[in-house]
Amino acid sequence: MHPPENVPAHQLDILKELGNIGSGHAATALSQLLNKRVDMQVPFARSLSFNEIVDIVGGADHIVVAIYLRMDGEAPGNIYFILEVDSAKRLLAHFTQIHSANNKEFTTLEYSALSEIGNILAGSYLTSLMELTNLYMSLSVPQINIDMAGAVLNDGLIPFGTVGDQALLIDSTFKDGKQDFDARFILIPDPSSYEKIFLSLGVAMHE
Amino acid sequence: MNEKTVIRVGMAELKIATSPHILRTSGLGSCVGMALYDASERIGGMVHIMLPTSKIARETDPNPAKYADLAVPKLMDELIKFGAKPSKIKAKLAGGAQMFAFKSESEMIKIGLRNVEMCHNLLKQMSIPIEGEDVGGNSGRTIELHMDTGKLTISTANKLIKEL
Repeated sequence: MHPPENVPAHQLDILKELGNIGSGHAATALSQLLNKRVDMQVPFARSLSFNEIVDIVGGADHIVVAIYLRMDGEAPGNIYFILEVDSAKRLLAHFTQIHSANNKEFTTLEYSALSEIGNILAGSYLTSLMELTNLYMSLSVPQINIDMAGAVLNDGLIPFGTVGDQALLIDSTFKDGKQDFDARFILIPDPSSYEKIFLSLGVAMHE
Repeated sequence: MNEKTVIRVGMAELKIATSPHILRTSGLGSCVGMALYDASERIGGMVHIMLPTSKIARETDPNPAKYADLAVPKLMDELIKFGAKPSKIKAKLAGGAQMFAFKSESEMIKIGLRNVEMCHNLLKQMSIPIEGEDVGGNSGRTIELHMDTGKLTISTANKLIKEL
């Protein structure tokens, strides 16, 4: 077990590079889906306290659209695709040509469209991760909830809860050229997955 | 000096406050927010619990505020240390939702429910009466404990506000 506080810088760099390649693929998939340019910002690989993680998505009671996928297999973990409510509405307008009259509520169709977008992004991210590491992983059916950031992130932080008060995550931000939307993709591998990821890449865990 | 201060209780944190201040914990999902309050001394405490039991801890020095089995006795001790009378302390709790309808083998399944159950068991063992609760469901909650009145206010994403 590796407490997330003590991850050496060169290992964080490797995780960041994995995130870079994974989210590069996800950005391409999103761009094809929307038929418009999508920019990806350089991802972060970092250890943050639970409360800091909640703060990067706007604070514990900030309302967000969260699509959550569980990653099972050789290096299990949790994936979140998180959008602001108005960003999600604009993304839907591009994707489904549905211009919703209601700016706060979401219809069943909008829920499934957003889940599908999350599914496609997570799938392309994960495929590149599997190619790089040779580890096999599968994704659960995406789950969506529009609720407080703290509440939706609770579940994803539980695997880290048993080892400390921090979690190690790889997060990337997507934006389109016109700033119509901005979305965050967060990968939180389970604490026990890091060793497998590093071993698969031929990186020694202890130095 | 009598201005009300809102004191934030983060995830896996425990805080104590006196009248007229307010303890607030935001964005409870599967986590449980527990408030203990002594109306005679107008002193209360709040803890934001993440996990039911420290038996599953894989850390050497577990944070007592994070695990229900350690958090409830710890909150009680702290309150008594700050002058609360054990016989006057009553509990209110909220949270323990299931935010996503997941079907996986992992330990997060029904963690909200298990958190609530563990809190109930502990309160019973310690003979602390439960004055009110708002648990389960699939919505996030934010709660505030008002030390001047002992009221616990609960809000959800759609702003519905309950008072216990």
